[in-house]
Amino acid sequence: MARYILRRILLALPALFGLVLLTFVLTRVIPADPAATLAGDAATPAQLAEIRARYGLDRPLWEQAVTHMRQVLSGDLGSSIFSGRPVMEEIVFRLPATLELTFVALLLATGLGVPLGLLAALNHNGPIDHLARLISVGGLAIASFWLAIMLQLIFAMDLDVLPLRGRIDVALGAPPTVTGFFLVDSLLAGRLDLLVDTLRHLALPAVTLCLPGLASIARFTRSGVLETLQKDFVLYAQAAGYGRVRLAAIYVLRNAVTVTVAQIGLLFGALISGAVAVEAIFDWPGLGTYAVQAILSADYKALLAVTLVVGVVYAVVNVLVDVAQALIDPRVAEQVK
Amino acid sequence: MLSVEGLSVRIGTGRGQARILDEVTLSVPRGGTLGVVGESGCGKSTLLRAILGILPRGTQVPAGAILFEGRDILADRAASARGRIGFIPQDPYLSLNPVFTAGAQILEAMRHHAPGTRRDHKAKLAELFRAVQLPDPEAALDKYPHEFSGGQRQRLLIAAALACDPALVVADEPTTALDVTTQREILALLRQLTAARGLSLLFVTHDFGVLAAVCERVAVLYAGRVAETGLTRAVLDDPRHPYTRMLLGCHPDRAVDLTGIPGTVPAATAQPAGCRFHPRCPLVQPGCAREVPPMLPLAEGHAVACPFHALPLPEPALA
Ligand SMILES: Nc1ncnc2c1ncn2[C@@H]1O[C@H](COP(=O)(O)OP(=O)(O)O)[C@@H](O)[C@H]1O
Ligand code: SF4
Ligand SMILES: [Mg+2]
Repeated sequence: MARYILRRILLALPALFGLVLLTFVLTRVIPADPAATLAGDAATPAQLAEIRARYGLDRPLWEQAVTHMRQVLSGDLGSSIFSGRPVMEEIVFRLPATLELTFVALLLATGLGVPLGLLAALNHNGPIDHLARLISVGGLAIASFWLAIMLQLIFAMDLDVLPLRGRIDVALGAPPTVTGFFLVDSLLAGRLDLLVDTLRHLALPAVTLCLPGLASIARFTRSGVLETLQKDFVLYAQAAGYGRVRLAAIYVLRNAVTVTVAQIGLLFGALISGAVAVEAIFDWPGLGTYAVQAILSADYKALLAVTLVVGVVYAVVNVLVDVAQALIDPRVAEQVK
Repeated sequence: MLSVEGLSVRIGTGRGQARILDEVTLSVPRGGTLGVVGESGCGKSTLLRAILGILPRGTQVPAGAILFEGRDILADRAASARGRIGFIPQDPYLSLNPVFTAGAQILEAMRHHAPGTRRDHKAKLAELFRAVQLPDPEAALDKYPHEFSGGQRQRLLIAAALACDPALVVADEPTTALDVTTQREILALLRQLTAARGLSLLFVTHDFGVLAAVCERVAVLYAGRVAETGLTRAVLDDPRHPYTRMLLGCHPDRAVDLTGIPGTVPAATAQPAGCRFHPRCPLVQPGCAREVPPMLPLAEGHAVACPFHALPLPEPALA
């Protein structure tokens, strides 16, 4: 098992290496001439040459690539062309905001989607199954910006029970930063009022973001359970006199969710890209809003940093998914040997 | 102990109703062994599923009773035999859940159906693993099914069948998926363990050789009906039903499976009227396609469902 995990991590490294290389290529492709971008429209040839020399742009390409690699590894992602501030500072503040939102959405999607899929399968072609199908189709078909605005209209404007936007009440202020996750930090600070306020702010964007994921998790769980129920070992377990609830909820489900868990890796990518729209609507101070700003102001340094960070998060999540799969099904780790 | 009385089982399918079992009557006395033999598709597994209480959805049981330890387990849901009858399934590869350890799977059944604490169960299971001659019985509890060979898995399933101290064990062709050497070892083990514990055994097979090695009594099933039943010795030495006679005549060594008769078992959705064997029977008489032949008692519990059982078979049928 430990060997399997190590292997998965080692296998993720080339992907990360490729990602860093890709960001380098992008810095060379997006601005036709980075020196010209930096120097501005009115620069003289002498000024351009001076800038090339200062940023190492006159060095051979492979040398520049190595320098880029070294900088990235040391956590130096450069400074925003727009604000001049180090990009890393922004990321450190914004990444936890996005991760908190996506993790809560993922938790909701899994925590509701798996039981829904299970109940639907056990109630094959019955009312619960139809309801689950409705939710699945709806969850995938409803545009998230529309849902977000409807939720805002209903819960924030009409009923006025949840905040309209933002991550926390400005009057309360953020909890002292330890992890950057407000849920964790407010707990660490012993501030229940902040915890409740964070949850209230999370509710609408997390529900919006989780719905497509919930739909596909429910669908995969349902088909996984239906498939597993056909297996000989289920019949055998029934004959052996297993309890009904235990048979369905543990014995069958553990087989069924291997496929679902594999899906979560893919789903995470969808969640991150979905977060861009959701963050924009709810004014959530995460990577999504940052990326939108960066695009609008042609801040390619910031954009590359976001790409890199999202890529790393994605790689980490996929290693976690692989490990989770191996924990659920011991044959997964065996097959790779 | 166990008696099945006039059991009929139907399943609705796309091609109409499948009449899988029809008025099947048989019994296993306390400590006795009964073999049910018949070609593939004649309803052997369905019979066991009815007894174990795991018939598929949509199955109807229009007639019959299954008495287990004095109670009708079909009529009285509370008397369900699940967990009270040891079951050795046909396929040791598909019958264990690949994502749980062997121990976890058997202990779950013991939790519901065996007295004692979890620690007692573990100790007992390790002892059973030793009895079925699994290598390293203690460690076997924590191994996953894929870490065992086919023969070892069947040993595991035998241990599982005995784990809750059932009075009756039913086995569905438990050696079909195994090679010949392993088959012999498993049969010997099964015989030894059930005899030592005085268990009743209902053993399903399509192999007369296997049957003769394990069972005192036999019921020959054809297309969902009992064709002949009696002491294994009596039936083997003096088979009366044309079907049984042809089976044994085709295969004097009695160790070959039942494929030597021209024609095939009819589909369960298209059972012939009258005697179900009549389209293949060399002795067929005009009435055979109309009348369902009754079970005729012969000597000492030997009975046959053919009024023409005394007629000799024509020579070519035995060739
Ligand atoms: N779930 C089912 N639906 C429809 N037909 C079935 C089903 N299960 C078994 N049958 C039919 O019932 C007959 C007997 O099957 P089975 O009991 O498995 O026979 P055996 O174990 O003797 O090979 C076969 O013709 C089979 O096609
Ligand atoms: S009843 Fe008729 S068809 Fe059936 S076995 Fe006897 S002779 Fe053959
Ligand atoms: Mg069968």
